[in-house]
Amino acid sequence: MQDNNKRALNKRYVERDRDWHPPAYAPGYKTSVARSPSQALVSLWNPTASELMGPDFRKLRMGPHDNDLLLNHRDAEKPGLPVGERIIMFGRVLDQFGKPVPHTLVEMWQANAGGRYRHKKDAYLAPLDPNFGGVGRCLTDEDGWYRFRTIKPGPYPWGNGINTWRPAHIHVSVMGPAISTRLITQMYFEGDPLIPLCPIVQTLNDQEAVETMTARLDMARSRPMDSLAYRFDIVVRGELQTYFENQ
Amino acid sequence: MQQPNSVSCSELMLRETASQTAGPYVHIGLALHVAGLPKRDEELWNQMARPEAEGEHIEVIGKVIDGNGDLVRDALLEAWQTDAHGEYQPEYDQHKPFNSFGRTATTAEGDSEWSLITVKPGAVALSNGRVMAPHINLAIFARGINIHLQTRLYFEDEAEANAACPVLNAIESPARRQTLIAKREEVDGKVRYRLDIRLQGEGETVFFDF
Repeated sequence: MQDNNKRALNKRYVERDRDWHPPAYAPGYKTSVARSPSQALVSLWNPTASELMGPDFRKLRMGPHDNDLLLNHRDAEKPGLPVGERIIMFGRVLDQFGKPVPHTLVEMWQANAGGRYRHKKDAYLAPLDPNFGGVGRCLTDEDGWYRFRTIKPGPYPWGNGINTWRPAHIHVSVMGPAISTRLITQMYFEGDPLIPLCPIVQTLNDQEAVETMTARLDMARSRPMDSLAYRFDIVVRGELQTYFENQ
Repeated sequence: MQQPNSVSCSELMLRETASQTAGPYVHIGLALHVAGLPKRDEELWNQMARPEAEGEHIEVIGKVIDGNGDLVRDALLEAWQTDAHGEYQPEYDQHKPFNSFGRTATTAEGDSEWSLITVKPGAVALSNGRVMAPHINLAIFARGINIHLQTRLYFEDEAEANAACPVLNAIESPARRQTLIAKREEVDGKVRYRLDIRLQGEGETVFFDF
């Protein structure tokens, strides 16, 4: 049998709790209504190498400022720093058993301080910032830590309701060790009064689940006269060893 | 009601971070040129096989269609497949002839098709002696999708392997298995497989939990 595939055979991941995650159909978030499957998911109770393996991005060549949004998009005419609150966003990628996930790809994207995305499709009236792109990526280190330097994104209005606003948030994508651990989430900021009002946050049934997406102000790691720090730990599915082959 | 001798999982472990939609601007983070941003040195994109890769070179394309029959023009897809020999290549390296991982997106204009430039994957032997038919794992992210949808693409000209594939056979409805089978086309002498993904309603694609 194929050698690479064998490595996955004794791995299992803790079952994903689908009642904890938002359901596909969440009518308060209107776009989900026509984009949610009506049939039940088919359970693969005996996952294969196809689900138990995943890409390792240690050889993906990154630029020196890929995780520094203060520096990675400069105005060609008048290079400067982006406008907004300078923040350090950092944390650990852990699995459900508290085991660090080293060398895994973390990607993020966000609006600028005014709540505007540098995207062809975003026509919100807040201006673009010539020195801000809004995208970052990095690999976690040996101990599962990642860090980005950026500015705090602004809230912005959207068309879900008559007067709905997204809380300040940063989109975060993490690969984890396997296709089974793949996860995209959004990071919110502790204390934001818009969090409980947001239809996308409200797709979750459980306040505790909202807490897993809320970054905490960390004064100890803030840099005096420079940047506030927000800590956001990401937990991916726990890896179980089975010791028995049953495929 | 908790059994007296059981331990709830939250006492033993951390809860997984909850999923949220990748949103309409997913391209800024994961498909920069689609958003209109300059590319970095290396981007994860849809060329999984370079010309020197071993195996049958193919293009895989499709649309994503919502419950109203409308095109989903802002979907991002991730692909994961074996090489032509049925072996996963976890170490991603843009200088290698073949990578198991790829990304693609539907287009905002025109036919709104996603596309992968790859080689046909091989069959995968399982340790119990059974064999999975050649397939590509696909994950679909988009505005309105709260947690990514996971599916597989199989090939119509692998009828025998498909009939024996334990994962295809895990789908109870034979009619629904057909929603994963890509159709072969030849365009300008090149082999292309097409699979439209239907998120909801008639002909709804099978999505997996694993």
